[in-house]
Amino acid sequence: MNDTLAGWLQALALMAALTLSHRPLGDHIARCLTTSRHLRPERVVYRAGGVNPDADQTWAAYLRGVLAFSLVSMLFLYGFQRLQDHLLLSLDMKPVPADLAFDTAASFVTNTNWQSYSGESTMGHLVQMAGLAVQNFVSAAVGIAVVAALIRGFTRERTSQVGNFWADLTRIVLRVLLPIAFVFAIALLAAGVVQNLHGVQAVTTIAGDHQSITGGPVASQEAIKELGTNGGGFYNANSAHPFENPTAFTDLLEIYLLLVISCSLPRTFGTMVGDRRQGYAVLAVMGVIWVASVAAVTANELHSVSSSAGHAAGGMMEGKEQRFGVWASALFAASTTLTSCGAVNSFHDSYTPGGGGLLIFNMMLGEIAPGGTGSGLYGILVLAIFAVFMAGLMVGRTPEFLGKKIRSREMKFASLYILATPVIVLIGAGVAMALPGERAAMANPGPHGFSEVLYAFTSAANNNGSAFAGLRADTVWYNTALGLTMLFGRFLPMVFVLALAGTLAGQRPVPVTAGTLPTHRPLFVGLLTGVILVVVGLTFFPALALGPLAEGLHR
Amino acid sequence: MTTSPAPRQPRRVSGGLLDPRQLVASFPDAVRKLDPRLMVRNPVMFVVGVGAALTTLSALKNPGVFPWVITAWLWLTVVFANLAEAVAEGRGKAQAETLRRARTGTTARRLPSWRPGTAAPPEEEVPAASLRPGDHVVVEAGQIIPGDGDVVEGVASVDESTITGESAPVIRESGGDRSAVTGGTKVLSDRIVVKITSKPGETFIDRMIALVEGAARQKTPNEIALNILLASLTVVFLVAVATLQPFAVYAGAEQSIVVLVALVVALIPTTIGALLSAIGIAGMDRLVQRNVLAMSGRAVEAAGDVNTLLLDKTGTITLGNRQAARFLPVGGVGADELADAAQLSSLADETPEGRSIVVLAKQRHALRARTEGELAHTTFVPFTARTRMSGVDVDGRRIRKGAAAAVGAWVTEAGGTVGEDVREAAERISQSGGTPLVVAVRDADGARVLGLVHLKDVVKEGIRERFEELRAMGIRTVMITGDNPLTARAIAEEAGVDDFLAEATPEDKMALIKREQAGGKLVAMTGDGTNDAPALAQADVGVAMNTGTSAAKEAGNMVDLDSNPTKLIEIVEIGKQLLITRGALTTFSIANDVAKYFAIIPAMFAAVHPGLDKLNIMRLHSPTSAITSAIVFNALIIVVLIPLALRGVRYRPTSAAALLGRNIWIYGLGGVVLPFLGIKLIDLAVQYVPGLH
Repeated sequence: MNDTLAGWLQALALMAALTLSHRPLGDHIARCLTTSRHLRPERVVYRAGGVNPDADQTWAAYLRGVLAFSLVSMLFLYGFQRLQDHLLLSLDMKPVPADLAFDTAASFVTNTNWQSYSGESTMGHLVQMAGLAVQNFVSAAVGIAVVAALIRGFTRERTSQVGNFWADLTRIVLRVLLPIAFVFAIALLAAGVVQNLHGVQAVTTIAGDHQSITGGPVASQEAIKELGTNGGGFYNANSAHPFENPTAFTDLLEIYLLLVISCSLPRTFGTMVGDRRQGYAVLAVMGVIWVASVAAVTANELHSVSSSAGHAAGGMMEGKEQRFGVWASALFAASTTLTSCGAVNSFHDSYTPGGGGLLIFNMMLGEIAPGGTGSGLYGILVLAIFAVFMAGLMVGRTPEFLGKKIRSREMKFASLYILATPVIVLIGAGVAMALPGERAAMANPGPHGFSEVLYAFTSAANNNGSAFAGLRADTVWYNTALGLTMLFGRFLPMVFVLALAGTLAGQRPVPVTAGTLPTHRPLFVGLLTGVILVVVGLTFFPALALGPLAEGLHR
Repeated sequence: MTTSPAPRQPRRVSGGLLDPRQLVASFPDAVRKLDPRLMVRNPVMFVVGVGAALTTLSALKNPGVFPWVITAWLWLTVVFANLAEAVAEGRGKAQAETLRRARTGTTARRLPSWRPGTAAPPEEEVPAASLRPGDHVVVEAGQIIPGDGDVVEGVASVDESTITGESAPVIRESGGDRSAVTGGTKVLSDRIVVKITSKPGETFIDRMIALVEGAARQKTPNEIALNILLASLTVVFLVAVATLQPFAVYAGAEQSIVVLVALVVALIPTTIGALLSAIGIAGMDRLVQRNVLAMSGRAVEAAGDVNTLLLDKTGTITLGNRQAARFLPVGGVGADELADAAQLSSLADETPEGRSIVVLAKQRHALRARTEGELAHTTFVPFTARTRMSGVDVDGRRIRKGAAAAVGAWVTEAGGTVGEDVREAAERISQSGGTPLVVAVRDADGARVLGLVHLKDVVKEGIRERFEELRAMGIRTVMITGDNPLTARAIAEEAGVDDFLAEATPEDKMALIKREQAGGKLVAMTGDGTNDAPALAQADVGVAMNTGTSAAKEAGNMVDLDSNPTKLIEIVEIGKQLLITRGALTTFSIANDVAKYFAIIPAMFAAVHPGLDKLNIMRLHSPTSAITSAIVFNALIIVVLIPLALRGVRYRPTSAAALLGRNIWIYGLGGVVLPFLGIKLIDLAVQYVPGLH
């Protein structure tokens, strides 16, 4: 089988699998978020936490729950890393330095999983399992909980309540993430991913060299790393490492896992608002952008190669694993940058300027196609509100989306949401570029060096976590700056989303008439796609022009 | 049958043309509006103003052709924005002037001790401005009414042309729904006593002046929401350009203040920012041109959102009056005999129904209308609410016509019988939406029913199509009528309304409005009577007829000076058009940025990254000419679009999906393509300016 055929088959198999699973999974999540039944383990959790799962919260209380939970998680994770030498299974790792521990704590609590460290040489097994992996579950669940609140904003009327955060969080972890992660951890294990509690083993290679190889509970971590769009690898090489991602099959499985929840949530949305077509429209926008991006990245990696070695290899093979090739690498790279996952099976820094630029652009879109678990859907819904506002005016009515009017209050929160992340990215990158010392951390001169910095801040602010790894980011300045970028990039938008949910829930819905802008038709899908591309394109065009465009365009 | 006046063809919303002289005349106002205290109300243009100030300083420090050209065009951008607003306001000013003249210098004849029935109360002369609500004044032929109020005594014809522009006088009388008079209008005949209802300075004319001048203008909810969007886009672009400088320094292409400001101004949505308030003022103005006064911009916007229109049957859906359509003789009576009797009984009947019977008798049965004089021994019996009949006694024959029950009773009273066929015929007429009038006679042969007259409501021509358009727009129409449900249903079907409310009382109306609103719908209605006032106040858009009572005018949020209830439909269209214009120009404004990037980014960086010259797809002459062309285009497009902002974009009642598709193509795609052409054309000229090559 040649590469092209294999590439097509992989992409089609992936889309088929996602199509098959999005209905049952989406409906399952919808049931979890709407049922009034509590399972026994959930009751135990509620009793232990002292919460009443049936008491709905206002958006502000819900937000306090999100923030308090995340703060405690962060303090816990920070302490864990600082004290790891006193814990079991530490593999004799030293305490993590304060700045790196802050950066890592922020990174895992915000579902970013930016890693300024090498997992195998920094973290002991217990930190990996009880610290980082736990955050992989709960940070993903927090994202889904927030979008649940937003959806309730659309479905509820004349109330200030948007659901119970603690109940949402518990249910998503126990009913959605744990079972799926468990099943797929077994599948990955069966397909060759390692799972043990070994420490560092010294081996002698065939060539007679000595190598230290760290084993660990990899398969269990790998499943939730992808499923929760976290992306933080057990090993520094992430999914390019043969212990994390040994074969083309596990590779495809991992891509499927990192897409599956975000691709199913539109169905959850459609089911919960009682109009599945609305969910399909959102999914269509995600799908159009994803397909276009995968195609563009693949085409760039195959054809925009300037070196003769690249031509000989049939595409840009620098930084890509031989066992995956260009097609599977591009598929993984486009998917991981469009989902805020940030796991990588190839080295994005080595992509062609066009391909690398597209990966940055993917993240700049705000992680919405299909985006992170929960965050992807709430991101695209806020953009839909933006699009509805302009389109609604053009049909001569006060704009409304799913029966809720988009008035100045709604516009305020939607605008702030859309404003927040780009401003954080640009200011972060701007400050880094203005400081000569921090600029020196880049590995390459010229536009590519700038792209590395731009990538870092784009990745952190959008909670992606992948890197243009040329940047030496484990410095006090970058750890602090990127840590703050991740925190603001995660929680500021959440504040605005929940505030939006609150004001939407308080409204009385407007009945749908022929004068209502239909938001489930191809026209709206096209409009929303256009609005996303134009708004993001306009915001970042100057920066992209000085990075990837300057590098890739030649006279 | 009379030929009814041809109903006015449905008028599409359109606006006046822009006279270039208006632009010139408004220029001084535009410059006056450069006051920073006024500018700060418009965040987008305020940023342009600050930018222009920055480039001015920069140009003073490092003079040159390019900095000065950019500076000049940035200032022009701000002035053009002010010009748009000034032109929009200027249109109302002339009208305000006329109104002011009506207001000044009136004196009033106050009656301090007036009580109902006082024959000749003492009066005193006071300035109109000193009148307080509750004062009574007397106004006689030739005098100006000194303030708003209700007629409490007398009847008079009043010339209201100062406010309505309509020269035909109107009748104002005490009691009933035609009692309101407006200060500044002139009594043409007779004498009336008016009870003042407005405080000085808050009269109808005062409010009108404030409205047409735009002095009372406040930002409407949708305008605020749009401003938030524009402000946030402005912030994003400010940050994008501010952070561009460190990137540029690293790339070795540090940019001057002038270029950075030019980039910001090119990117922020100046087109819609400049035209936004003009669009709002022009929307109000379009209403004023149709003789509708909206008390707030909020009401105009709400009109665009209306889901349900409550329309009074009479005058809106049907021509004012019922007309005789057919004579139905019963029990062997000849049609001519019935027509003759009906005509006789209607000779003195001056109601439109009565006259239509005479006309029908003449047309169908060639019966000439006899004058009262040619009939001897004739006594006409007028209609009273108690008898519910009218008729004539002539030569010993007593003819009566009226409601079936009343006339039936009159016949049986005199020993006659009313056959089943009469009841059936009456029922049939009612079911078809008509009103049966029974004609009976008492003469030598005894009392008997001669037959029936079928009175019919005449549905206005073209109204059905109008309702179909409304339905396509997603608006439900509900007909309000005092008729019984049978009649109402028939007319509703004929006119094509979606629903009807029969035997409607003011309470029913109110309940209907509340029910619709509880379902999240916005309701619009018209009304004139005092008992309409609560419903007018409850409705989201309440249009009071100018002929109505002060209470109704006070309660509604619009007043129709023509008192034409059909205008409600136009008001809805104007509301929609206002929002569409805003949306279309916002889309256009944002879409324009694409071309500007392709002009400015290569101009800024092609020197250090020659590959970026590939983005210069317009092949603009030089970096300075490219940036200048983008800025000139950005300024000129404002002026080019002023007429569109004032007139509103073309609006055709159709479904939301169709409207959206059309507007995206024109203003979205057009907004992307047009500036490429415009900037290229300007560049072709600008490249010859010395110092810009």
